[in-house]
Amino acid sequence: MTAPTSTATAVGQDLARLDGRPKVTGSARYSTEVPAPGAAHACLVGSRIAAGRVLAVDAEAARAEEGVLAVLTHENLPGIAEQPPLVPSLAGTAAPGQTFFPMQDDTVHYAGQHIAVVVADTWERARHAAHLLRISYEETPATTTFEQGRDQAYVPERIFGGWLPGRISRGDADAGLAGAELRVDAAFTFAANHHNPLEPSCTTAWWEGDELVLHDATQGVNATQITVARLLGIPRSRIRVIGHYVGGSFGSKAMIHDHPALAALAARAVGRPVRLALTREQMFTSVGHREEQEQQISLGATREGRLTAIRHHKLSPTSHFDDWAEPSIGVSAQLYACPHFDGVYRLFRANTMTPTFMRAPGEASGLFALECAMDELAHELGLDPVELRLRNYADASPMTGQPWSSSGLRECYRRGAARFGWQDRDPRPGVRREGDWLIGTGMAAAGYPVAPPPTPQRARARLYDDGTAVVQAATPEFGTGVVTAMTQVAADALGMPVGRCRFEGGDTALPDIAAAVGSSGAGMISAAVHSAGTALREQLVALAVADRGSPLYGRDPAEVAVRDGVMRAGSAAESYAGLLRRTARPDAEATGSWQPDSGAPYAMMTFGAQFAEVAVDPELGLVRVRRMTGAFAPGRVINPRTARGQLMSGMLWGLGQALLESNRMRPGTGRWTHASLGSYLVAVNADAPEVEVELVEVEDTVVNPLGVKGVGEIGQVGAAAAIANAVHHATGRRVRQLPITVEALL
Amino acid sequence: MSADDQALTRRGTVLEERGPGPVRVALPVNGTEHAVEIEPRVSLLDALREHLQLTGAKKGCDQGTCGACTVWVDGRRVLSCLTLAVACEGREVTTIEGLAEDGALHGMQQAFIAEDAFQCGYCTPGQIMSAVALLEEGRTGDEEIKEGMSGNLCRCAAYPNIRAAVRSVRDRA
Repeated sequence: MTAPTSTATAVGQDLARLDGRPKVTGSARYSTEVPAPGAAHACLVGSRIAAGRVLAVDAEAARAEEGVLAVLTHENLPGIAEQPPLVPSLAGTAAPGQTFFPMQDDTVHYAGQHIAVVVADTWERARHAAHLLRISYEETPATTTFEQGRDQAYVPERIFGGWLPGRISRGDADAGLAGAELRVDAAFTFAANHHNPLEPSCTTAWWEGDELVLHDATQGVNATQITVARLLGIPRSRIRVIGHYVGGSFGSKAMIHDHPALAALAARAVGRPVRLALTREQMFTSVGHREEQEQQISLGATREGRLTAIRHHKLSPTSHFDDWAEPSIGVSAQLYACPHFDGVYRLFRANTMTPTFMRAPGEASGLFALECAMDELAHELGLDPVELRLRNYADASPMTGQPWSSSGLRECYRRGAARFGWQDRDPRPGVRREGDWLIGTGMAAAGYPVAPPPTPQRARARLYDDGTAVVQAATPEFGTGVVTAMTQVAADALGMPVGRCRFEGGDTALPDIAAAVGSSGAGMISAAVHSAGTALREQLVALAVADRGSPLYGRDPAEVAVRDGVMRAGSAAESYAGLLRRTARPDAEATGSWQPDSGAPYAMMTFGAQFAEVAVDPELGLVRVRRMTGAFAPGRVINPRTARGQLMSGMLWGLGQALLESNRMRPGTGRWTHASLGSYLVAVNADAPEVEVELVEVEDTVVNPLGVKGVGEIGQVGAAAAIANAVHHATGRRVRQLPITVEALL
Repeated sequence: MSADDQALTRRGTVLEERGPGPVRVALPVNGTEHAVEIEPRVSLLDALREHLQLTGAKKGCDQGTCGACTVWVDGRRVLSCLTLAVACEGREVTTIEGLAEDGALHGMQQAFIAEDAFQCGYCTPGQIMSAVALLEEGRTGDEEIKEGMSGNLCRCAAYPNIRAAVRSVRDRA
């Protein structure tokens, strides 16, 4: 792939990732890999019990080990300055993963809760010493199961870090259901899921006097900075957080859990840099998870297949400190035109850490329930599943009546179905056989809300007199392709070729960007970068037209176009570099800022349609996904290659959610049944079929300046439902649990 | 890999007892002789990352389940998190840093970029070391590639693109 040479076309180009070389040669340095001379290693120790208190930590043997520098427990860890509230990191404020910081007292709230930090000169010594700690507990009964929690369930005022209400309703769902000609009632259960990015969360910390440097694996360096500043009671201006390369996150690094602050405290305790990496096992108990849940859904409809009412309720465990539920019901309230809706979250307190964002947080589970129920309704009505959805298409938000800023959903159904070959489908279940395998196809709709950040997003553009540019914003690269995409955006804004622009991110020394969560990254960062690049272009054009020495002198700035770094008006031309050199300026710089218009009278959502074909061996209960097709309308696509990559990735996460990923707390002990990648199953290469991604570009003039709606989550939404609906088409069996296990099909 | 791993145990030979304190271990890596002072319990992965600053091999699980730490010992792929560094004394260790020659990317590295076979990049060194070895082992069928690359997890799920990269190198050979 060669870089495009004409400037107005960088956005939309199928450009290969610009961070490819460091990643394929091993030279990309992740957060525990940065040079830190004399660094010690910290090993966290988690509680063996799920409820009770720590009676004593006998650290004598651990401290006597060679190389051990410190053992920190609730008895000697300095207290935190304050516990900030739990607010999603998109807000640009402190964003702790839960409103509990460990080792402030002897209480144990959940298994795996951090109760000690052992620091030694090598990892081996730290880990060994951690095993030598003799910890005695007083254990009290724990709540770990739905059976224990169901009776004490309550409806929270707010969920999701206070951002969403515990109830959503319109119309009168009871009346709507009572008056329905047809009804589908279904109950679904979901196992807990864990993010498990390949890079475990990690922080390298050191102090330079009273200034703190953190290299942190995070979705937002600013989120780490603010959260640690509040916890430790030190000014933001004295903390620098760097995170250039992050080895995946999927929500596990969206909120700031306790380890960056613990790494800072450990580094202060031992007076040298400290590397703190979670073990794989600790990734199951330290960074949140998608909670185990039950959902009940009822659909009422007319015989023509028009929805009259939807009731969608959810029950899930949360921690003792926070009312957290992933918002599974939100999209159900918005996806279809339907007069009556009733949605309720119910929570019960359990001995768990606070659950957190995990890819498509809420939508992945909620649309599984809704879209499986819609498939049942289509089957009852004898209607094609795509046709049923078209009949209930909402051309405005059913909650607010506001029109969509853009949709593209009908086009997604049409193009997805065409590419998949849906039109020849025989609707009868259980009639297609290939040897031992029953074959089936299924589909589902997808929707994901566009969540604009509430704070200004900033970037800076600098042009040097050699004709190259650097554009900067604090955001880290965690696999989304942001470095590549933002270079493209910068090139267009400046009127320069991609090859002469460079994007730098991942550092709080750079202009402020909120954590890139909830598919908001591409939209908000492109807005800031576009704004900075445009400001610098306008500054340089203004300089040229006001300068008697420039061939552009006296021209109207509006008639000056910039291509390939050359400003032109008619036959007059001068390059950026020429202007700067001629006027003895080594560089020029501008910042740009963007804040979304929170009062825009539009509803904002990204839409898509999912199709899957499965083969089921009914004797063995095996399911193989043979192919997947997804059509998505994410607004403008900055880079089709990286966008397809993320959408494909999301669809394959849907496959994992449908068939593999499962965890449950053990009754009694409150520990996770699975705490390794050997038993918590994720999709491997052989599980993954070929995946087709159809990009339906829609123009959106509302969401942000470039009309970018994001691709991180929508790929997963509905994918598991399409697979479950295909399993029904293959076998005639409705499986209403995730994952769909062998036992469920036998 | 089980048959290959036996080579590391040197069956039938009695090794000199050393440790548990730090011992000097001669470790040839990527054609360069290195000597490290490490405790015998140090894994090859930690020796590379913490003592030789070769951080290309990644620690994804430290349990042998993810493949991110894959390197070659005497040309055979091993999980360096489950391999003791001391057992590699005098053997040729090759890591991702040793794959490009004189700054020119190996064909597999080029193919991974061309096919967009990674996103976050954390599993990528292990994927590439597995992929090159897989083709050299002659396991070149489409299904063999799918199966043979299944020991290397990619949580970004770039699997179809990883297969495309491996096939493109196979088809050029």
